[in-house]
Amino acid sequence: MDLVAAIGFQLAYVIANLALISLGLAIIFGMMRVINLAHGEFLMLGGYTVVVATNAGVNVWVAMLILAPLVVGIIGVIVERVLIRWLYGRMVDTLLATWGLSLLLVGLVTSIFGASTATTVSPPLGVIRFGNYSASGYELFLILITIALFFLVWLTLRFTKLGLLARGTMQNAEMASSLGVSTNRIYMITFGLGAAVSGLAGGLLAPMTGVLPTIGATYIAKAFITVISGGSAILAGTTAGSILLGGLNGIFSFVVGSTFGEIALLLAAIVLLRLMPRGITGRFFRKSL
Amino acid sequence: MTFTRRSFLAGSSALALSSAPIIGRAQGSDNIIFASILDLSGGLDIYGTAMADATSLAIDDINAAGGLLGKQVELKMYDAQSTIQFYTQYATQAAAGDRAATVHGGITSASREAIRPTLARFKTMYFYNTQYEGGVCDFNNFCTGSTPAQTVAKVVPYAMNKWGKKAYIIAADYNYGQIIAQWVERFVKENGGETVAIEFFPLDVTNFGPTINKIQQASPDMVFSGLVGGAHVSFYRQYAAAGMNAEIPIASTTFGIGNEHKLISAEEGNGLLAAYSYFEGVQNAENTAFLARMDAKFGANRATMNELTVRSYEGAMLWAEAVKLANSVDHAEVSAALKSGLTYNGPSGPITIDPQTNHAIQNVVLGELQDQEFNIVESFEAQPPSDTQLVCDLNADPTLSTFYFENGLAAAGIE
Repeated sequence: MDLVAAIGFQLAYVIANLALISLGLAIIFGMMRVINLAHGEFLMLGGYTVVVATNAGVNVWVAMLILAPLVVGIIGVIVERVLIRWLYGRMVDTLLATWGLSLLLVGLVTSIFGASTATTVSPPLGVIRFGNYSASGYELFLILITIALFFLVWLTLRFTKLGLLARGTMQNAEMASSLGVSTNRIYMITFGLGAAVSGLAGGLLAPMTGVLPTIGATYIAKAFITVISGGSAILAGTTAGSILLGGLNGIFSFVVGSTFGEIALLLAAIVLLRLMPRGITGRFFRKSL
Repeated sequence: MTFTRRSFLAGSSALALSSAPIIGRAQGSDNIIFASILDLSGGLDIYGTAMADATSLAIDDINAAGGLLGKQVELKMYDAQSTIQFYTQYATQAAAGDRAATVHGGITSASREAIRPTLARFKTMYFYNTQYEGGVCDFNNFCTGSTPAQTVAKVVPYAMNKWGKKAYIIAADYNYGQIIAQWVERFVKENGGETVAIEFFPLDVTNFGPTINKIQQASPDMVFSGLVGGAHVSFYRQYAAAGMNAEIPIASTTFGIGNEHKLISAEEGNGLLAAYSYFEGVQNAENTAFLARMDAKFGANRATMNELTVRSYEGAMLWAEAVKLANSVDHAEVSAALKSGLTYNGPSGPITIDPQTNHAIQNVVLGELQDQEFNIVESFEAQPPSDTQLVCDLNADPTLSTFYFENGLAAAGIE
């Protein structure tokens, strides 16, 4: 029984972890159709923000929950103004540009902080016990904050004026523009928000995974696979994709081993996209956000 | 705007057109060319950049002492970018283009196996200065790093004596991890213990939650880790976050050579055991002088020295000593000098090449991690590469160029 509880908890964490690293990409790629290959580096920058801030004496919660999204959100807005806005609708060009940006950011961070960074940010919560089994209390916190974050994004998109304008702009930019919406600004804000969410995710994961200039590479593929598998409804899709792929990954990791966990995730995504080329929400929950 | 899976694939295939950096031809100078191929970017740069620093210090020291054979030694540094394909390309470039007198480098066993055959074909003397799983038997390849019989065979009995008989092995999923796991299993058995499970992880895994549950389920007396690279450092953090570091201690064959002990906090790492041929705390005059010169060249914030970095320095110096003794850079003459019992006294102590295997006879130190420093708890002098000696005899056949442990220990005839 303890084991079931411990494994159930781990599954929930694997799923939340996948959802957390994918949400920022879901906004930028799922909503705006910008293939952001620098997504992993946004996560990495969030992690570095936390490390630099805590080393400078900032409280770790302030660093993770406020500074990381703020700093990366600002970087996101700058990137959108300088690079992305010239390339809307030119998918391959954005792909190359953001790939270049990704390499640039890795290079910059490496030259500033070195190849490996002393990150003594320990997970700031204690241990939770299931009988003979234990897990990190911080993992529970990450599961809860992922749920809260999804809820917050849903509220923003569904009930605020900004959410309505953003959804309208993404659906039909010309129509939105002719109705007096400054689509230019909406694009900038949406990209900035996506980057901020990525920065928050990277900051939150820093105590669990540590930060390295190249850590983004371990996230990027999984985030894209999750968002593409999820399909066009960004929140329902990312949630469904994370549950399916993360669940399979977790179960196979436990039963067979990590190598097979990774294989199961990739195989499931291939089969899924063969059967449902438009992702899960291309067929189910089509009306959802 | 339309967006389909097909157009995404078309777009992403553009990624495949990655461009290799342009490489200059060898200059017409009559310097002796010393080539180094290491990962200075990408995921393996946590090892590579410090190794490159140590290599360049060695070349500085050789030149400051008057060079070799009346010439200066010129360092050609190649960054293989954590990509195997570049290793092969640069090895060919170093051997055929630069006509290097020697090539030092390779970090993972996979990268060594990528360039070893190329350099043997060109008869360009190759030094692999990394601790590894043993088993290379190559007339052209001098493996100066420590091997399992030198290090793992020391940690296992010490750890079992201290903690108990049941071991749970976790390792990186490529040839090094697979083979080192078999060595650990073998040494555990030899010391009367039991291996309860062996598990492998791809290099980009960052979530170790399911494994931590499995370790709790198996409840071993110790975890033996052969994890590799930056992403795997997550394991030690998550293990500590689940409160496991206080319950089941860890010994490792790899922890510390990427300065992992500086990446995690003191509480997360305290008590971990590892054995290498070098820790910064080794006490001798050469080490004191070496650390002072590293400080002078790279500043007080330089990386902490470990076996990989120190051996990169010592490998270069050992080669230079052999060139001086042979009074030539000719392959056969330098090789004969190296195998003549020539001893180089480096920061880690004396190093001599064992002519039977072209591996190093070297000192080994066993360390326990405390407050982000390895405290030396035991030292072993002049350890022979007895693992590779089981399968390799270059005295009997000096033309061998084989990796005996490629398919595991059983396939090499080791039970």
